[in-house]
Parts: sequence; structure tokens; C-alpha cells
Amino acid sequence: MSVKERDPLTGHQTTGHEWNGITELNTRVPRAVWFFIIVTHIWALVYWVLMPAWPLVNTYTRGLLGIDQQEQVKERVAAADATRGIWADQIAALPLDKIRDDTLLMANVDRAAPALFGDNCAACHGSRAEGGPGYPSLVDDAWLWGGDDETILETLRVGINSPHPDTRYAEMLAFGRDGMLDRGQIRIAADYVQSLAGLDSGASPERLEEGAALFADNCASCHGEDGAGVQDLGAPNLTDTHWIYGGSDEALFETIYGGRQGWMPAWENRLTKAQRKMLAIYITSLADGGPE
Amino acid sequence: MMERLTGAERQIALIICVVMAIVGLVMAAAGHGDPMGSHGAIVLIAAGITTFFVLRAIGEPEPAEDRTVDYYDDPTKAGLVIALFWAVVGMGMGVWVAAQLAWPDLRIDAAWSSFGRIRPVHTSGVIFGFGGNALIATSYHVMQRTSRARLAGHVSPWFVLLGFNLFCIIAASGYLMGVTQSKEYAEPEWYADIWLVIVWVVYFVLYIRTLARRNEPHIYVANWYYLAFILVVAILHIVNNLAVPASLTGAKSYSAFAGVQDAMTQWWYGHNAVAFFLTAGFLGMLYYFLPKRAERPIYSYRLSILSFWGIVFFYIWAGSHHLHYTALPQWVQTLGMTFSVMLLVPSWASAGNALMTLNGAWHKVRDDATLRFMMVAAVFYGLSTFEGSFMAVRAVNSLSHYTDWTVGHVHAGAMGWVALITFGSIYSVVPLLWKRETMYSWKLVEWHFWLALAGTVIYVFAMWNSGIIQGLMWRTYTDSGTLAYSFTDTLVAMHPYYVARACGGALFLTGAILAAYNVYMTIRHAPEKRPERDYPTSSEAVEPAVPAAE
Repeated sequence: MSVKERDPLTGHQTTGHEWNGITELNTRVPRAVWFFIIVTHIWALVYWVLMPAWPLVNTYTRGLLGIDQQEQVKERVAAADATRGIWADQIAALPLDKIRDDTLLMANVDRAAPALFGDNCAACHGSRAEGGPGYPSLVDDAWLWGGDDETILETLRVGINSPHPDTRYAEMLAFGRDGMLDRGQIRIAADYVQSLAGLDSGASPERLEEGAALFADNCASCHGEDGAGVQDLGAPNLTDTHWIYGGSDEALFETIYGGRQGWMPAWENRLTKAQRKMLAIYITSLADGGPE
Repeated sequence: MMERLTGAERQIALIICVVMAIVGLVMAAAGHGDPMGSHGAIVLIAAGITTFFVLRAIGEPEPAEDRTVDYYDDPTKAGLVIALFWAVVGMGMGVWVAAQLAWPDLRIDAAWSSFGRIRPVHTSGVIFGFGGNALIATSYHVMQRTSRARLAGHVSPWFVLLGFNLFCIIAASGYLMGVTQSKEYAEPEWYADIWLVIVWVVYFVLYIRTLARRNEPHIYVANWYYLAFILVVAILHIVNNLAVPASLTGAKSYSAFAGVQDAMTQWWYGHNAVAFFLTAGFLGMLYYFLPKRAERPIYSYRLSILSFWGIVFFYIWAGSHHLHYTALPQWVQTLGMTFSVMLLVPSWASAGNALMTLNGAWHKVRDDATLRFMMVAAVFYGLSTFEGSFMAVRAVNSLSHYTDWTVGHVHAGAMGWVALITFGSIYSVVPLLWKRETMYSWKLVEWHFWLALAGTVIYVFAMWNSGIIQGLMWRTYTDSGTLAYSFTDTLVAMHPYYVARACGGALFLTGAILAAYNVYMTIRHAPEKRPERDYPTSSEAVEPAVPAAE
């Protein structure tokens, strides 16, 4: 019933079937195809013999090489820890100044710290550590809690307003929302704060005087009589030009009206002691003008 | 179009519409305050629109046409137009998503425009909206021609096509509202899944019934692939979406699988969605439209058999290669990897079969952009299937996994293979269906070809570079045994490639818009021409002296 024809171009016969004008040649499967089928199958067979492969009733074929990926991971992690352990243990044990004096240890710090900072700190403080709205810059000399080695290490360990039991705690009250100051008073206080920082608020001397009184009554207990901040309380210095939330009229109003409470995670359980020390060295080097 | 249904068929259609409207109403009422309620409203509106068209035709006289003398192409035509609509929407969303990755601020201040919500609109839009509609439409065309028989039924083809699109709309609108099962390519929630099962079973029955009335002794290869696509997608969809709804009045369910079993089921589904949706279905397209356009016999029937059974047998094992170096037991990973490698030769055999079929027609490939679309599609199919087997090897996967290399691989397949074979098929079938001489503008086809090819190449090369750089940066250690780069460093390194990717995608999208315009103008303005022989009959039978009139 079907008529086999010969394709003049290839010389192969058709199968004799035809579908709406489409025919098929009955060309034999090229040798190369069979060859590569055999190669890939032999490769698979060998792999099955050597590696864990086929399920059995209660277990599986474990393979002649006895390789187990879980064991491999454990071994590799242990080996990597061992390489790092030599210098990491020393860093964990020594005070920061001794580490800074040790060029061999510092070589390790210089290699490890930038990626540590990038993966753990940069998300908030920025990849150049310059901070951003709501997140303090780490490259200036304005420190909320203090910039000496021990203080930085402690801040890293316990965080700020974090769930850690020893956490540093600080909160700027919501003077407007909680009814301690009215809107007019907040604007006067904001003008005064701008004048503390040396900004030209355009306010009259009388208005600034009023602001000074408001400041003494409401702000000085944390920020100090002179507004220079109190590091033990984490209260920022208002007389410098560094702002966390901004020094504009709007930003200051928002800060005084609604209060502020920044947050930094505690790293004690997330980074090792050596890692926190390397970060502290890295951060202090940034504040001193950068690692380069 | 509804005038071509008989009175009884119009009544059945009306009953289905009314039932759908009731379902929509119940969903809208029960799911009030939940995304399910919005979906109920969508179902209600869709049922209302369809009812309007059915009612408008219900008083018309019975159709006069003789159904034995020609094919039923109305659903095919509608499906192709809808596919082009989804192509522009889905690829447009893709360009937006790509641009968001390069410039994250490129969104508006609303939850729906966030990356996590519009990305599945892109993936479902192109895979199901564009690919799915193109598959349904071309399968209707191909099964009729290769069986020399008219579609078995006039209501069910419409039910499948419109029902499938209702699923797509529910899926896409759900993503924007935040509805998701968190399973890649299987995001829609339980009620959408149940609806798709109903649609898909009707599709399967329609296909089988049409094949059963064929006037050809043998079933053509394209139909094997289309059938494999319909059957296996049904199995995959049902198993992976087994879930318990948290409540019958809300769009939230919990998977029947937990932990690593859930991951394994998901990637068994995910990989075979690639295999049976994006490969088998489109191979069906290739096996019909490429030899038809080239006017050459298929190179080897035996190779067709070998590659078909190789593909369907080996592919179904390969899913676990998505879970290398995870909690999945190593022996499962081994099986996924080895079967992926054994899959390579049968896959290449079908790409080779397609390219060898072009022997004797290479001058046509040079001159005819439509055929060139299909030729390049076969090349990209071979390329991405090789790349897939390569990436399934554990050692390679340890570098490529979780990087943009995977994204590039998927797009080599989705743009280079799936979209190009679809556009080639659309350009060859549209003039035939609308009885036109040619496409409105061959120059636009030519432009589309080069835009699509350039877009694909730019996209894929950008992602290869980005992915390999990313993978290498992740695994680079300093002499101290610590990571050399932070994650942010890798993002900075990837940025130029993300810009390039967005540009490549934009070129590809431009091509798709040209295609939509060209098809529209062909339907509207191209000169008419009746095809020489395009009506059902047994190939053995004496041909009627006068081709049937409508």
C-alpha cells in the first residue's frame, strides 16, 4: 500500500509513508551516533560501579571508591579550618596593638578583613564604610560609643539595641509624638541645634536663646550641656558636621518629633573572636584614612 | 467564529459558560477579601465575555458548511494571535526584570512591581502564555494535517484554548497579588492547578480522538512528540501540585511533600517541564514545519525513533541534577547526572536529524528567513542540550550552580530554541491559515531574524561571562584560606553584564513586536491566495475534482 521512493539527492529510500507532503528517508542511524551512545553508557556504568548509585531495599550501592559527600564536606571544612587555625588562633589570643605590630598576622588581616566587612557590614555602612541616612559613617572621627579598640570590639560583640543580653542601649525620645514639646518648640530647638553645628539657621538671637533654654531642659541630659555628646550613653555629638539622620530643617524636625533608635546586630554568635578583631583593626584603619 | 458551531454545540458552549460563571461567583463570594475573591471576579468576567459571544450566535441559522471537506482552523488562528500577545507581554516583562537587576530602582512604589512578583509573570508569560498557546495552536494544525482529519469536536478545542488562557491570566494576576506556591514554574495556587488539570485532560482526549479518526495508516513523528508533551505534562503537573489547601476560601495551600522530598519532586517537575513542555512539544513543531518549509524528506526515520525514545526515557530521570551537593542523597544525584549524560546523544540525534534534513535545501535557508529561524533553532537546541548535560556533571555544577550561567543556559534554550522555532512556525503557517500569498513583509521577517539572533547571542554571552565570573569569585580563596571577595564585590563585577543582558532582551523583544505587527498586517492587508491542497482526505483516496468551498 505504501510506495517506497528513492530520494535523488541522497540516494536513500523513503519509508513509503507520506503526511501532507512530508516524507521520511529510511537512512540508517550513523555509526557515530551508536559510538557515542556506547561511550556515554559505558561512562555511566563505570560511574555507577565507583560511586553511590542505585537504591536497594534498605540501602543503596555505595560504590567501590567508598566516597560519601557528607564525609567529604566534613573533611574539607576541617582542613580549611586547620589552615586558618594557625594564624586565627593567634589573632584571637593577642590584643589588637600586638597584632598590628606583627606583619605576618597583619598580612592575613589585610586579606581576610575586606571580604568580611563586605559580607557583614557593607549592607548598612556601605561598601566604602561611608554610611548613609540612618547608618553612621565609619571613616570619620565621629564615634557614637567611642572609637578606641576595646569599645569597637565590645560594640561588635554585643551590638546596639540588639537582643544580646549585654547590648548597648540608646534611644532618642519622641519629644513631639509623646507630647513633651509642641511643634513650634521643636522648630526652635532644631534651629538651636543647627547653630550648635555652626550652620546658619537664620534664626534671631532671641529665638536661639529660647532654643538654648529648651535644649538645657530637654536635650542636655544626654547630649551634654554643650551638645558635644556623651559616648557612654551613645548620644551623638551635635556640634560637629557629621549627621546620621541629616541636619536639614525637615530631618531635624522628624528626629526630634518622632525620636530615633538605631540598631546594629550583635556579632558574638555570628562571627568568631578572631573575625571580630580583624574587623576592628580594619575599621580603625579606615578611620585613620583608609587601609591604603 | 461561533456561527460555525451547530445549534447543539452552541448550547453546550453556553452551559459551560454558565457553569464557569457560577464557579466564578462562588469563588468571588467565598474568597472575599482574599486574592481568591479577585480571581473569582476574573473567572466571572471571562465567563461573561464568552457568554456574550455565544449568545450573539445562538439565534443564527445552522452552519451550511460540509465538515468533511476542510479542516477546523478557527481555534488555531485565535491561539496564534494570543501567543503573539503573550510573547510581547512576557518578553516585555522580561526586559523589565532584567533592567531591575541592573538598576534596582527601576520600579514604582507598589508591591506588585517588585522583582519577586514580576519575575514569575515573565517566566509564566513566555513559557505558558507564549509557548503554551503556540503549542496548542500548532498542535491543532499539525494533528489535522498529518492525520488528514478534521478536529474531533468544535467546542473542546475552544474550551482547551480559552481555558488554558484563563489559567495563564489567573497565574499572572496572582503573582502580582503575591499568590505563589513558591515552586518555580509551578507557582499558581491549588484552584488554578485543578482548573489546569481539567483543561489538560480535555486536551488529551481531543488529541487522541482526532488521531483516532486519522486517514493515514501511520502516526507522524510530530504527533509522538505532541502526545508525549500533553501526557507527561499532565502527570508532572498533577504530582508536583499535590497539596492541601489551608482553607477552601483562600489562595494558600501546603505541599503534600516536605523537605528534600519536596525539593526532589519540584525539580523532577521543573526539569521535565523543560523536557516535555519546552523540548518535546517544540520538537513536534520542528518535525512538521521544518521539512514542510524545506520541502525535503526527514533525514532518517530510524534516527527519529532512536531520539524520541531516548529523550522520553532518559529525560525523566535527570531532574535530580538540579540538587547536586545538597541534602539529597548522593545516589540520587548520581542517577540524575549519569542519565543527563546518556541523554546527550539522543538529543543531539534529533538536532542532527533536523539539520541533515536541510541537505539539499541550504539555498533556501540562505534565502528564506523563515526557514533560517528553524535552522538556527535546531542549532541552539543542540547547543543548549549539550550545555545541559555538561552542567549536570557534578564537578561543573559546583561552579555553575546558583550563578547566571544557569540563567544563560535556560535562555539559550528558551530564546534560541523555543522562541525561534515558534516564530519560524508562525511565519510558515500564518499565510496558509489566513489564505494569504505570503507574509505581509519579508523584510520584517528578515529584520526579526537578525534582531532575535543578535539578542540571543548578546544575552547568552553576557550570562556566560557573568555566571563564570560570579562562580569563580565565590570560590576564590586568599592565601590565608579566607574568601577573597564579598558578595557585593561579585555584584559590582556582574553589573556590566546585566546591562548587556537587558540590551539583548530588548533586541529580542523588538523582534517579537515586529512579528506581531507583521502578522496583523498579513491578516489585514496581504493579497489573498487559496492554498493548493489543504483539506482532509485519505491520501489513498481519489482526490475530489473540485476543492471544497466553505
